Amino acid sequence: MSPEEAIKNDLERKFDFLNGNITIKRARRIFVDVPFERFHDVLDYMIKKMRCAMLSGITGLDEVENFAAIYHMSPEGKIMVNLKVKISREKPHIKSIMQYFPIAEMYERELEDLLGIHVDGLPEGRRYPLPDGWPKGEHPLRKDWKGAGLEMKLEGADA
Amino acid sequence: MHNTGDVKVPIGPQHPALKEPESFLLTLRGEKITAASVKIGYNHRGIEKACEGRTYIQDLYLIERICGICSHSHSTAFAQAVEEIAGIEIPARAKYIRTIVAELERVHSHLLWLGVAGHEIGFDTLLMYTWRDREVVMDILAQLTGNRVNYGMNTIGGVRRDIKAEQIPQVLKGVDTLEERTKYYIKIAGEEPTLINRLSKVGMLSYEDAIRMGAVGPTARASGVQRDVRKDDPYAAYADIDFKVITHNTCDVYGRTIVRVLELMESFQIIRQLLAKLPEGPISVRAPRKIPVGEAVSRYEAPRGEDLHYVRANGTDKPDRVKVRAPTLANVQAVALMLEDRYLADMPIVVAAIDPCFSCTDRLVSINYVDHNSKNTFEWEKIHRDSIEWYKKRGIDFAKLNKTF
Repeated sequence: MSPEEAIKNDLERKFDFLNGNITIKRARRIFVDVPFERFHDVLDYMIKKMRCAMLSGITGLDEVENFAAIYHMSPEGKIMVNLKVKISREKPHIKSIMQYFPIAEMYERELEDLLGIHVDGLPEGRRYPLPDGWPKGEHPLRKDWKGAGLEMKLEGADA
Repeated sequence: MHNTGDVKVPIGPQHPALKEPESFLLTLRGEKITAASVKIGYNHRGIEKACEGRTYIQDLYLIERICGICSHSHSTAFAQAVEEIAGIEIPARAKYIRTIVAELERVHSHLLWLGVAGHEIGFDTLLMYTWRDREVVMDILAQLTGNRVNYGMNTIGGVRRDIKAEQIPQVLKGVDTLEERTKYYIKIAGEEPTLINRLSKVGMLSYEDAIRMGAVGPTARASGVQRDVRKDDPYAAYADIDFKVITHNTCDVYGRTIVRVLELMESFQIIRQLLAKLPEGPISVRAPRKIPVGEAVSRYEAPRGEDLHYVRANGTDKPDRVKVRAPTLANVQAVALMLEDRYLADMPIVVAAIDPCFSCTDRLVSINYVDHNSKNTFEWEKIHRDSIEWYKKRGIDFAKLNKTF
C-alpha cells in the first residue's frame, strides 16, 4: 500500500462519512471533502494522530452557490492533504484553527478580507491584506464583486 | 525622575532601516524589545483577482511579476499547476532547463541576501564583494534567458528558449568563478570574529518554534528542520539530481547565513549535474488554450522557502481561482517571536535574515535592440563591452580590478 492510500484508509476507517470523499489525485496529493459540521473533528485527528504538523496555506474559494476553504496540510512535508470545507453563502463563517497553527492567523485574515468569510475565534488585530481605509462589505475575491463605486467609498475620498 | 515605563516605537511602513513597506510596533523597555507585532500587506496589488480576468498565458507573465527576485519560482509553480490540470507532461529537456534557471536564480538570490545581511551589520565590504560577484550569475541568466530579472523562460507546456551547446562552457566557467568566491565567503563566515559575534544568538528561533510557526526555507533549515520541497515533493528535474539538504542547529541569524552559503555550493553542483545530463529533444509541447475543469496544488522550493500555488480551472481559457502563498508570508510571522527579548539594534538584521521578498525593482536591460533602419543589432556582449570601454575612457578600468580575484 502506498503512503497516500494508507492516509486515505486511515481517514476512512476513523470517519465513515468520508467514504467516497477522498481522492488521491496523484502521488503526494490527496483531496478530502469534509462536511462543515465535522471539520474540526477531522482536523483534530489529523494533527494529533496523523502528525500533520505543517500548514502551507488556506485557499478561499467562491463557488457561487457557496464559499469554500481549502486547508493545505502535510504530515511530514511530503504528502499534501488538502481539506476542503464548504461554507454557506448566507452566513459565511468558519472556526479559527489558530489553536493548532498560530501561522493560520494571516491566512484566516485573508479569508475575512478577500472573501468576507467571518472566522470565529480570530483574535482582534490589524487587517490583512487590504489597506486600513478599505470600505466595509467590499470583498474583492467574491465573484459578484466588480469594485463599482469603490473610489468614492475609500477613506479620505472626497464626498 | 526617569520614566521607567514601556515605550512603544512604530517602525515603518516607510523607514530607512526597511527595504520594503512593512510596519512593526515594538514595545521597548530600555533597549530591549519586550513585545513585537508585524503588519504587512502594503504591497498587495490584487494579482489573484487580476488573474481571474486574464488568460493562462497572460497570467503566467503577470505571476512572474509578483517578485523580481524569485520571478522564475512563481512562474514555474503556476505553470506546473496548469500543466497538471491539463494533463500535460512536459519534455525532459524543458524540465532540466527550468531547473537550471531555478538554481541560477537561487544563486543570485542568496548572493543578494548575503550582501544585504552584510550591509545590515555594517559590513559593507561584504555587500560590495557579493553584489559584484552576483553580476557573474546575472550575466549568465541574461545570456540564457535574455533578461536579468523576469526571465520569461516558462510557457505552459515547457520553456521558450533552448540552451545552446556553445553556451554551456560559459555557464560552467561562471559557476567555477562563483564557487571559488563562495569558498571565500564560507571561510569568512567560519573565521571572521566580527561576523560570528554579531550574528550568533541573534534572532533565535528554536526547532519547536520553527515547526509551530510554520517557518520555511533557509529560515526553518537553520533551526534544524529538514524541509526542502526539492527533496520532499520533487518537481521539475530534482528527482534525477543528487544533492544535500543543508541544515544548521544554531537557530540564529548566524545559522541562516551558514545555510545560505552552503546552499550556494549545492546549487553549483546541481547546475553542473543538470548541464552534464541535459537530455536531447524538444523544449515544449503544445498546450490547449482552454484548460479542462480541475484543480491542482503546486509546490516549489523558492530561494526563501516553499512557494505554494493553487489553481482551479473551469474549462475556459481563464482560471477560476489562482492562489499564491509566497514563502515570506510563512516566515514573517516568526519574526515577532525572533525579536522578543532582543535589542532594538538587532531588529534590521533579524528582519533581513528571513530574506523578506522585496518587489524587486532591479533594472531591466534590453539585450537585443534591433534598429530596423540601420539593421544594427546590439548584442548583450557588445553593451557589456561598451560600458567597460565607457568607464575606461574616464579612467576606471574594471578589467584590471577583476583580475585581482
